Amino acid sequence: MSEGHGETINVTLKVWRQDGPDATGRFEVHHQAISTDASFLEMLDVLNEQLNEAGLEPVAFESDCREGICGTCGVMINGRAHGPQRATATCQLHMREFRDGDEIVIEPFRAAGFPVVRDLAVDRSPLDRIIEAGGFISVNTGAAAEANLTPVPKEAADQAFDAAACIGCGACVAACPNSAAQLFTSAKVGHLGLLPQGQAERWSRTESMVEAMEEFFGSCTNHGECSEACPKEISLDFIALMNRDYMKAKIRNRSLAGQH
Amino acid sequence: MAQTTGQRYRVAPVRPRGREWPFPLNLYQSAVGRKWVMAVTGLGLIGFVLIHMIGNLHVYEGPARMYEYAESLRSLGGGLVPQGTVLWLLRLGLLSMFVLHLHSAITLSRMSGNASEKAGRISGAKKYEGGRDHLAATYASRTMRWTGPIIALFILYHLADLTWGWWLGDDFVAGDPYHNVSESLGNLPVAVLYVVANIALAWHIFHGAWSMFQSLGVNNPRYNHLRRALATGVAGLILVGNLSFPLLAQAGLIDEDGRTCPVGEVQGNACLADQASDH
Repeated sequence: MSEGHGETINVTLKVWRQDGPDATGRFEVHHQAISTDASFLEMLDVLNEQLNEAGLEPVAFESDCREGICGTCGVMINGRAHGPQRATATCQLHMREFRDGDEIVIEPFRAAGFPVVRDLAVDRSPLDRIIEAGGFISVNTGAAAEANLTPVPKEAADQAFDAAACIGCGACVAACPNSAAQLFTSAKVGHLGLLPQGQAERWSRTESMVEAMEEFFGSCTNHGECSEACPKEISLDFIALMNRDYMKAKIRNRSLAGQH
Repeated sequence: MAQTTGQRYRVAPVRPRGREWPFPLNLYQSAVGRKWVMAVTGLGLIGFVLIHMIGNLHVYEGPARMYEYAESLRSLGGGLVPQGTVLWLLRLGLLSMFVLHLHSAITLSRMSGNASEKAGRISGAKKYEGGRDHLAATYASRTMRWTGPIIALFILYHLADLTWGWWLGDDFVAGDPYHNVSESLGNLPVAVLYVVANIALAWHIFHGAWSMFQSLGVNNPRYNHLRRALATGVAGLILVGNLSFPLLAQAGLIDEDGRTCPVGEVQGNACLADQASDH
């Protein structure tokens, strides 16, 4: 981290521009002077203001909360999902991570399951298809039960919490050489499968979420790039847990297991 | 998302779901199940490679003991079944593991290729202009699809070399493995080929023996740190054992100098059998 506040650096941006899902993309070069106090997205905001003033089309990118919890932002920065800082979403990345004169290549997350909508914005709705397949628990919402009636073992609570940290940004898919969504899906499966509330549908959930995932994404070869890219540092252990639960779901006699 | 383009559409599946096959074939339909098959067959193949390597160490005990070892493989199962039955069953098992391992590898990498295609990329496989430094993936994990075919081609060569005796011609003597090994590996280009192929094999196992724990879902925080060490150990053991054959053959340790039985004695190898029983 540099000492000075408000220091201005000059960077060369190589930004992916693509007019629509079927258009051919290209890189566009911009020279940008920016304060090191600015966040990465603020730097893109400044760029877009300048493009607007010049009557040019601004760079389309996604963001929402800008505090690292919504999972909306996310681009490849110099070949790394969410940029060079570990465990940090794009919106939490600051320009102090870069040096004067740096060239920064900004590309969308790439996978067949993430078609480009425009420029840096991709359609990550296949992740929603996976959630729809079983990323929930069925509860009676009429009169909510007293939450403390269900004891949750401390270890299960901790592990489920770690899994639940997944913000669904898709960096795992983007970083994976196989474009596999194993880390995302296993975080969701693990989160619910570890808690008592998730037990009733544990096996059907794992089965349908894995099968929905395989419609859109590649096959995991245990490279570990996903976990490295994950802004929430989800562990590869959840992938192992999901693999085990999937095989159990396929093999076990659910009618006698008391679980669906 | 969809509003941006002014039209509602759904991202089309890359691998649309077909009708589910009956159990247990449906396990092989899913990528997770197929990866499980790859892990199980990989484990079996590692077991074979280890036993094959340990058994071949008999070559350092001379022609008679090597002959005895080869014969003992044929008589596995004792008098319970006809000679060679168990050996052929093992060979069949080995072949089916090999075929399944290969088939799952090819189909899964094709699936990953399809899932990485399109998406506005400029050319080639999934690639980012910003370069990738592969932070976590090891060199071994990224080269599985290269070391795999090298090993497969080598196995064909190896069978043609020491099982079918295609290259040795008249120098190949069925029933005298010691002679064949020394003839083949005494040849420098062949020895180099064996060295290269066995480095590829150890490289492949270095990733495979670790990766299979993940694929099988064998994961226990208490033992996880041992998985990498185990994979390195197994790969190292196989590397050292298998490299010793071509290297020591080149160094002159596997040769016919100390031999007391004539090489040409093919039928039953009576002399070698006598020596082995004297042992």
